[in-house]
Amino acid sequence: MSKIKFNLNGEDVVIDLVPSMRLLDVLRDHLHLTGPKEGCGEGECGACSVLLNGKVVNSCSVPLANVQGQEVITIEGFAKTARYKILETAFANQGGSQCGICTPGMIMAAESLLRTNPHPTDAEIRVGLSGNLCRCTGYNMIVKAIQWASKEGDGLW
Amino acid sequence: MNTYKNSTPKVDHSEKCSGQSKFVSDIQLDGLLYAKTVRSTVTKAKILAIDIPTLPHGYFIVDKNDIIKENVVNMIYNDWPVFADGQVNYIGEPIMIVVGEDKVTIDEIIKQIKITYEELLPEFDFVDSVVHLSYVKGDINQAFAKPARIYEETLTTGYQEQAYIEPQGMLAYLEGEDKVTLIGSMQCPYYIKNAVKRTLGYSDDQVRVMQPSVGGAFGGKEEFPSITACQLATAAIKIKRPIKMIFEREEDILVTTKRHPSRIKLTAALDENNKVQGIKVHVGLDGGAYIGLSGVVLSRSMIAATCAYTVPHLEVSGDVYATNTVPTGAFRGFGSPQMIFAIEMFMNHIAQEVGVDPLAFRLAHLAKQGDLTSTCGIFHDPIIMPEMIKKAMEISDYKNKKIQFANDNSYRGIGMSFFFHGCGFTGSGEATHIKSKVKLTKDAQDRVQLLIAAVDMGQGAKTALKRIVAKTLDIPNEQVTFNNPDTDFIADSGPTVASRTTMIVGNLLKLAAEKMKAQWVKGQPLEIIEQYHQPEFIQWDEDTMRGDAYPAYSWGVTVVEVEVSPVTYQVELKNIWTVFDIGKTIDERMVIGQVEGGIAQGIAYGYLEVMQHDKGKIKQKNLTDYIIPTALDMVPIHTVLYDNPFAEGPYGAKGVGELTLVGGAPAVALAIEDAIGKKVSKIPATPEYIMELLKHE
Repeated sequence: MSKIKFNLNGEDVVIDLVPSMRLLDVLRDHLHLTGPKEGCGEGECGACSVLLNGKVVNSCSVPLANVQGQEVITIEGFAKTARYKILETAFANQGGSQCGICTPGMIMAAESLLRTNPHPTDAEIRVGLSGNLCRCTGYNMIVKAIQWASKEGDGLW
Repeated sequence: MNTYKNSTPKVDHSEKCSGQSKFVSDIQLDGLLYAKTVRSTVTKAKILAIDIPTLPHGYFIVDKNDIIKENVVNMIYNDWPVFADGQVNYIGEPIMIVVGEDKVTIDEIIKQIKITYEELLPEFDFVDSVVHLSYVKGDINQAFAKPARIYEETLTTGYQEQAYIEPQGMLAYLEGEDKVTLIGSMQCPYYIKNAVKRTLGYSDDQVRVMQPSVGGAFGGKEEFPSITACQLATAAIKIKRPIKMIFEREEDILVTTKRHPSRIKLTAALDENNKVQGIKVHVGLDGGAYIGLSGVVLSRSMIAATCAYTVPHLEVSGDVYATNTVPTGAFRGFGSPQMIFAIEMFMNHIAQEVGVDPLAFRLAHLAKQGDLTSTCGIFHDPIIMPEMIKKAMEISDYKNKKIQFANDNSYRGIGMSFFFHGCGFTGSGEATHIKSKVKLTKDAQDRVQLLIAAVDMGQGAKTALKRIVAKTLDIPNEQVTFNNPDTDFIADSGPTVASRTTMIVGNLLKLAAEKMKAQWVKGQPLEIIEQYHQPEFIQWDEDTMRGDAYPAYSWGVTVVEVEVSPVTYQVELKNIWTVFDIGKTIDERMVIGQVEGGIAQGIAYGYLEVMQHDKGKIKQKNLTDYIIPTALDMVPIHTVLYDNPFAEGPYGAKGVGELTLVGGAPAVALAIEDAIGKKVSKIPATPEYIMELLKHE
């Protein structure tokens, strides 16, 4: 065990756990943040996506030690922002969410993309989402949702 | 801004986006233990001995010896044991579960368990038929007496994995001494309830099943969760603590049910006018080690023998073969994707063989209203396929592209499939097997509640069914609630399968709401129960498979344009167009959601998704090996929906969920054929297969 200190959703936290533990397990089992989901456990599906220093990562593939001194944002933290509200409305309007298991991860991937590219093209959105699997929607409605959010939320990113 | 007409946001949208929605893996209970399954590592063997290490305090083994009443999982064909008893029949068969507080300790215990097997000779081929079905239409001998031509072909299809993003999961706990509650990722609360009742010998009021949020299912959570439910219910009674079992992805892919691999042989007799007079069909399905509901999958497959076409004489037979492989089961489409792939390729190949235009040949055989179906039922309702096909060709510029691609030396191609999907249970299943009931209540504040077993697994059942009730009662959507099913409070409206929820359950709710409206007194509580009655025009004989197999059919046309790489033979989707007749749209955005997801899954089945076994061992273990489409694989889909209201459907609606998938594979396979100029008779049409076809000039 060793103490790991990081900023989680805007607050400093200190965790005393095995440093090789998966960040996903720390978030879900120890901090009770169940917004990040486990779909594959090997960095393939993106359901566990969180932002690490503003960039989307698979929290199932990040050891706890790697977040020492870093900034982590989960869907729970992001859900309090105006950008999230636009994305939630966009996903509603465009039918971007069906079963919802991939949705928090998709929204984190969208945020990561829009942070660096506020007006992405269709092709850029598809690259931005290519690390996140969805089996319900076939992706087009998610792509449209992100286009809509980019337009309606102009200036937020 | 709302791009979609006649649509409301999904009722559970906000909680799903923000991650607040609770899936089974998110549920925590005091004193919760975890379970993991010890599985067979061999294909077929007698279990000679099981050595279990001394268990640490608080850790338990649960196996066949703990079964209270019957070591069987209640399905249609009751051959699945809850835990293996003396013999295993496939790699991955559950032998026992290990239960305890710490997952790492459970893994360590499992590593120390030694099982001694005496291996038996496994079977992987189509030889051991467990279910055999057959039916006839007309007189096949007449068709084959003096045919102008005979054409014969065998087509094969591979496994498909549902690949829902939320793996299987189940949680069980006791309420008091002798009542067990199950919460899990499921489509059919009452399948689980009935299975657990049977395994435990419990009565109706001793088993409660609750549905949390479900992260995709596609048929994969139809019968399979009954197994884990029976295991965990047995364990909860033995250990008297809440127990949760969540599958890891590898375990989920290796051991859960998949789409049946098939081998379909067709022989057609043509007359001198190039009309198909008769077809002999044999459908072979790989059922895996246990049959479960494979017989029902086979019957749906066989009934789709001529799908969108009418052929006067038929002889159709089929077998489900037992093999020592992972059991196959329900998957969106339920046997029809295999058959529709086969018949669509077959019709095209006949035309090519005869030397006539395939499109004209297929159009000349299209089914019309009043025609006899394959099983001698009647297509009672208007069939608007000619208009839909015309539309599909117009929006895709089909004719010009066909000519252009044939002349431009490219590996580009375009393919079009015609298809239907029978809505609801096959034959008299709704009336004799399901007997669904719905319950509607109104409280003193005039709030209306739907108390039914329909599961919203992403398709939007909650939103659509609420809308039907609100519209019928002429009250705002917000005045109606529909909580996730809890069998202690609901009526058994049947499983969430077979494209039946909107059409069958929706119509029952509409009837119940009409009764409620007639008896509505402001401020007075009211309860209405409505039971399914089969429409009188439906005639079906189960034994001869004769009559109206379905109350209604939804219809579709799918056009796919592809480009095949001349270097790697990889297939790239370029464009997709679809036209559907689903009766009437209840919520356009949700229908388009079904179209988009179903098309992606159906087309990927035809060219992208590869799963194989090597001597009974599945070779694709995770989502890196088993490729499903990503955002980069998909292209925009252009969809047109036609109104063709069905009188027995709520506001004219028919089924939609499976229809969108079933025509995908033949459309992409025909596009690949068009691109490479070779007959495709096998899916998935992988680069290796395309290379093989092209090398055999």
